Amino acid sequence: MLETKERLPRELIAMRVAAEFKGGEFVNLGIGIPNLVADFTSPDKGVIFHAENGLLGIGRAQEVGKIEVPDMMNAGGQPVTAIPGAWLMDSAESFAIVRGGHLDIAVLGGLQVAENGDLANHMRAGRKFGSVGGAADIATGARRLFIAMEHTTKEGELKLLRRCTYPLTAIGVVKKVFTDVAVISVEPDGFLLEEVAPGWTAEEVQQVTGAPLRVSPNLREIALAPY
Amino acid sequence: MAIRPVYTDPAQAVADVPDGASIMLGGFTAALGTPKVLFQALLQTTQARDLTFIGNGTPQIMLGEGEQRRFLVFPPERVRKVICSFPGGASVRQGIPNPYEQAFGDGSVELELVPQGTLAERIRAGGAGVPAFYTPTGVGAPFGAGKEVREFDGRAYLMERWLRADFAFVKAIKADRLGNLVYRNTARNFNPPMAMAATVTIAEVEEIVEPGEIPPELIVTPGIFVDRLVLVRPRHEPVEGRNGNA
Repeated sequence: MLETKERLPRELIAMRVAAEFKGGEFVNLGIGIPNLVADFTSPDKGVIFHAENGLLGIGRAQEVGKIEVPDMMNAGGQPVTAIPGAWLMDSAESFAIVRGGHLDIAVLGGLQVAENGDLANHMRAGRKFGSVGGAADIATGARRLFIAMEHTTKEGELKLLRRCTYPLTAIGVVKKVFTDVAVISVEPDGFLLEEVAPGWTAEEVQQVTGAPLRVSPNLREIALAPY
Repeated sequence: MAIRPVYTDPAQAVADVPDGASIMLGGFTAALGTPKVLFQALLQTTQARDLTFIGNGTPQIMLGEGEQRRFLVFPPERVRKVICSFPGGASVRQGIPNPYEQAFGDGSVELELVPQGTLAERIRAGGAGVPAFYTPTGVGAPFGAGKEVREFDGRAYLMERWLRADFAFVKAIKADRLGNLVYRNTARNFNPPMAMAATVTIAEVEEIVEPGEIPPELIVTPGIFVDRLVLVRPRHEPVEGRNGNA
């Protein structure tokens, strides 16, 4: 039963995403699993994290119950510190960074991802409105967009599809999807399965994916060690 | 005279906001860089209604901390329209319902959903005298529907219009008497572009110093964009987040 088959916890999805960083990139992390990626990124890599509310150079979280730095938050509203050399900016400048193509990588959550790279991440079907926030600009503007999410919903609904059924946030933008069972690239001809979680086969990943998967000749298991 | 009037009574600073006014409200969440004193004065000391609010979220502020925290929401009955990127509102993230969800749902308040970067740029464009610009954000998305699409160098872009308002309420940490402003950390966010884009910009500040005391290279918003200063008590009350600073 694939429903009960063991999947990776959120932290391991985040750790796998962090392995993509070669060093020195400028990266924006969305709320949820993406936000965990910073915890698994070695400071030695010199990756600089951007918060769209106006901070380039997010540092560690502030100590709980103590105001270390007033008015310093990430885009999720969590108190953070700034690294030495950080820059503060207003919202228009911050999105000039985003829209201008200066961000190397963005990692966002997703409700649905389609094989043509379309992303739905701000509004479920049937809702009267959604809160898009900065997701549309970031998805559109980042040079490479990664999605970190669970492979299916808690109810078992498929999230990787031929076409999104939820309202779209941005079209043709997703480059790679990191889930609790697989790592899948979005290629011009659709999904390419590159890595599977321990214990999972390509056939099993296909069964929980709503679009055809091409299997990479170099298919491998997701490495579960810090990179 | 370029010296800006200083109000110690916030009610006087907002007393001339008429019915039907459009108001830009600075801040990123209900607490980070949000002009809470001006918001409260507008809510509690005026009768202004039929208002249009422009900001990152719905018109609400957070007061207090932890178990004591509460959200003060501008009554939807006095609001005609909200232009924002995050209509769910900061309170919803903390499990507290936002009355605007129902107001948008039943249509009693109009919602114009704008992606955050487009919102910031529309406001900046308003202040900079640029009536429209093109952005790739929103192409193919419901919030981009109906807008002019134009291709530049093989890529599709949407035309977006500037945003201007009758009033901007902004929050800065310090001003000089000419209205030059500096902000603290990420409390800056929408405040500088909004200060540029309104007919009357009212800045809520915690300290006012003499001209020259803020070095020119550190001024973020020049006083040319600022019309009124409201001096408020320094606020160190923890108001948001795990350890609640804002």
